[in-house]
Amino acid sequence: MTSTLTHFPARGAAPLAWKYAAPAAFYPLAGKLVPMLFAAAVVLLALGLGIGFLVAPTDAQQGDAYRIIYVHVPAAWIAMVVYLAMAFWGAVGFVFGTRLSFMLMRALAPTGALAAFLCLWTGALWGRPTWGAWWVWDARLTSVLILLFLYLGFMALQSAIDDPRRADRAGALLALVGAVNVPVIYFSVQWWNTLHQGSSIRFGAAPTMAPDMLAGLLFSALGAWAWAGASVLRRLRAIVLEREADAAWVAQLPEVTA
Amino acid sequence: MLNAFLCVIRRDLLLAFRRQSDAFAALLFFVIAAALFPLGVGPEPAQLRAMAPGVLWVAALFSSMLSLNRLFASDHADGTLEQLLLCAEPLVVIVAAKTVAHWLVAGLPIVLLAPVLGLLFDLAPDAIGVLVASLLIGTPVLSLLGAIGGALTLGLRGGGVLVSLLVLPLQVPVLVFGAGAVGAQTSGLGASAHLLLLGGVLMFAAVLAPWATAAALRIALD
Repeated sequence: MTSTLTHFPARGAAPLAWKYAAPAAFYPLAGKLVPMLFAAAVVLLALGLGIGFLVAPTDAQQGDAYRIIYVHVPAAWIAMVVYLAMAFWGAVGFVFGTRLSFMLMRALAPTGALAAFLCLWTGALWGRPTWGAWWVWDARLTSVLILLFLYLGFMALQSAIDDPRRADRAGALLALVGAVNVPVIYFSVQWWNTLHQGSSIRFGAAPTMAPDMLAGLLFSALGAWAWAGASVLRRLRAIVLEREADAAWVAQLPEVTA
Repeated sequence: MLNAFLCVIRRDLLLAFRRQSDAFAALLFFVIAAALFPLGVGPEPAQLRAMAPGVLWVAALFSSMLSLNRLFASDHADGTLEQLLLCAEPLVVIVAAKTVAHWLVAGLPIVLLAPVLGLLFDLAPDAIGVLVASLLIGTPVLSLLGAIGGALTLGLRGGGVLVSLLVLPLQVPVLVFGAGAVGAQTSGLGASAHLLLLGGVLMFAAVLAPWATAAALRIALD
């Protein structure tokens, strides 16, 4: 076991990634990133939603109802990717025993759950005028609903365990089991739906997008990502403070001493 | 290793035999839950026939949730679980044995009882055969995945509800393929595709779930 340790570079020459794996080093970095990301989110969202609502043309088939896409699609992307990120950081925490990756995993969950909820909610608002129903048991809708349940289960487990070490590791295991299951769930739901009825509503059947629509969508997606990053980092800072409350570096922070 | 495997199964079965009321309660829940559906939706035979696979599968799913708490909790309470973790045999083998024992107590009776309930729902004989086959392949997956949840929530407050929150979303594929198999049979498509996929899910779970459960137990008793 000791031989593996010699492969790590000497302390002073630690690569950047390792340096910022320490909560004490990452906390101020996150503090600098949060306002920048929030500012980027405001600008990009204003740009994306501005283009989407004011500039982009009306859709030939769906009229103006389609414009909810500028909220719906970014939320869906965030909901899916954040779950994978959660499982990834849980796995990193498992392998390397780094505290910060577990904290990041915890910080990601509420943002992912919120995005999944937002995706479902906007999907319902979109479905009503275009499909004539608030909810359709389409494969995609159903898998996002199950994704929301996975997030909620993860958060329920986290809040039920008082010991942070156990909560971290149990949460990481659950996220990994969930991540392995997600493709199976998605496939099974698709199978289930196509068996009952040929899917009458397909997202992919929409005409290809006008350039203005695409630009609006891209900007609002980037803005939503910046917002997600900022809120995750903000939550992460709170978790770091909570967990490391006894550490000397926390006691020396200006916001703590003030 | 095989010796330890059989030993743990024997022990768990013996314990279940000595405390029969637990196993019967979960089974009774399965029967009552399934029998309540016709009262809720009306006695129309065609409707019942269409609903039967889903209703029976969901009832089986819920009844398996009820018994998950028992899987490790009583061993945890009297300290047996710590001894099992300390013993020289691989924990995965012990976990697999406990899962098999859990299925024998909680899953197999449901499989055996399903044909009777199928008759209550006016299912055709071939559909009942497929229902039993799908439950036979599917209920072990419920035990395997449920064991992960049972281990993760070991000793937590509100563990009973929590375990359902964690495990039920993961059981969706089993429900889809299991109930879908019967639906496919009655609609004339043939159930083999569903049953094969269900068998694939079972293989997948049998290979991976005991490891995850063992890891979860080590986390819980760290």
